[in-house]
Amino acid sequence: MSLSHQDVARIARLSRIAVTDAEIDAVNRQLNSILGLIEQMQAVNTDGIEPMAHPQDVSLRLREDVVTEPNRREACQAVAPQVEKGLFLVPKVIE
Amino acid sequence: MIHATLKQLSQQLADKQVSAVELATEYLQRIDALNPQLNAFITVDRDKTLLEAAAADARRAAGLAGLLTGAPIAHKDIFCQQGWKTSCGSKMLDNFISPYDAHVIEQCQAAGLVTLGRANMDEFAMGSSNENSYYGAVKNPWDLAAIPGGSSGGSAAAVAARLAPVATATDTGGSIRQPASHCGVTGIKPTYGVVSRFGMVAYASSLDQGGVMAQTAEDCALMLNVIAGFDERDSTSLERAKEDYSRDLAQPLAGLRVGLPREYFADGLAADVGRIIDNAVSELKKLGAEVVDISLPNTQLSIPAYYVIAPAEASANLSRFDGVRYGHRASEYKDLVDMYEKSRAEGFGSEVKRRIMVGTYVLSHGYYDAYYIKAQKIRRLIADDFKAAFAGCDVILGPVAPTAAFNLGEKSGDPVQMYLSDIYTLSVNLAGLPAMSVPAGFSDNGRPVGLQIIGNYFSEAKMLNVAHQFQQVTDWHSKAPAL
Repeated sequence: MSLSHQDVARIARLSRIAVTDAEIDAVNRQLNSILGLIEQMQAVNTDGIEPMAHPQDVSLRLREDVVTEPNRREACQAVAPQVEKGLFLVPKVIE
Repeated sequence: MIHATLKQLSQQLADKQVSAVELATEYLQRIDALNPQLNAFITVDRDKTLLEAAAADARRAAGLAGLLTGAPIAHKDIFCQQGWKTSCGSKMLDNFISPYDAHVIEQCQAAGLVTLGRANMDEFAMGSSNENSYYGAVKNPWDLAAIPGGSSGGSAAAVAARLAPVATATDTGGSIRQPASHCGVTGIKPTYGVVSRFGMVAYASSLDQGGVMAQTAEDCALMLNVIAGFDERDSTSLERAKEDYSRDLAQPLAGLRVGLPREYFADGLAADVGRIIDNAVSELKKLGAEVVDISLPNTQLSIPAYYVIAPAEASANLSRFDGVRYGHRASEYKDLVDMYEKSRAEGFGSEVKRRIMVGTYVLSHGYYDAYYIKAQKIRRLIADDFKAAFAGCDVILGPVAPTAAFNLGEKSGDPVQMYLSDIYTLSVNLAGLPAMSVPAGFSDNGRPVGLQIIGNYFSEAKMLNVAHQFQQVTDWHSKAPAL
């Protein structure tokens, strides 16, 4: 299958990546070429095969429910684009 | 001194023939002289390095030095390091000064290794040529027209050019082995879960694994002793007893069964690379190894499976770059969504955007089973191939890449051509196995070629043994480019 400009625009929106009209042709072509490569998988019968999510069959560890991280708000917010009074600032989302 | 191995440097430091400050100064001078043409480092900070070196000397004077205290190291710019810019090769993180250390960095600091600088890499470790770095491509020290390989191209070029005796690196689909092969250095990617991913900027979490590059297998063993180990902050870090990865280096290879996968020597392998691998196998036979013919029938499928799983995981991991808590934020936007979309469009390079979009697509409603689950089933088939193969051999040998390093610009316009060159490395990551690249010769046009050694789970000491014994009877690893 091959993607249309409309599909690409939808994927870009879901990815939260702005794709301009000038770029969409090239992006569309490259995505189709990658999807063409991926399609090779469909020729293989994988019925009854258990999907492998992880190389080692280990289960997630549990730990005591205690505080492990110190409060380093200032150090962590020093790299933020915009902060005020210890809060991250974003454009207004609620009118 | 610049050609000394880590082992030799540690001896010189212990014997007080050289101080950490003198060593750091010498390497910094060489970086100053050669980095403008190689572009192996993104960040060099002389003052910070010399402070670390002085601290290492003080530690030694106080009698508190470990084996490697005072030895210099380059860190791939993917490992968060407090107070250092950690860009991951991306404009997105060009302004990111890490507020904390990765586990690998903590371990290196505890050992007293001195940071020479931060090595260049493909953006977010996505690439096989280092041409995807926001900071420009790294040049191969053996031939400035050639790619150094990727994504750990800066690490490989730095060690090859003797700008650092050792370097940290990471491998998600071959990113340690392929640049090590192309630059003529020794590199090891451990078993998935052996080195903590804490503080290592995430690309594809079920495949990412930290490792090292150095001139020799022995140096890789010493470094693995430093960086390997359980870390509860990485949910996939394995709880295993500490081991000495250098314990088996001196073991003879008599009776070693080496598997040669038919699929790694078929169409697509360049004749000169094939010849070099054949010669390497002959050397090992002289040391007593027996050759076993094996098959890894699903090798070809590793490419589509990888290019579903890795982008899928990347699309989730890289959603954290939203221009809110850290990283690039667009200067103009009309609302929150516009801010996300513009910040990400400006902050990410084209390969990263492509992989995020492919990943978003294969995980999107209605396609999840057809792509992601299908790829995970193929992943199982690939892991089972290795399991069957290791029933009849101790290590698997083959090429790392189908050709020696290609030219800069040769494949950069065609992502699929670039992906196809990963054919011999991807399976190892999908299966979670350890593997190495060891210098084994030079192509017809004079570019280095590495021998890949793939081991069974947790057989790092065995692989290092094979590589070390090979390096006792060959000198490819001690050759350095004329610069």
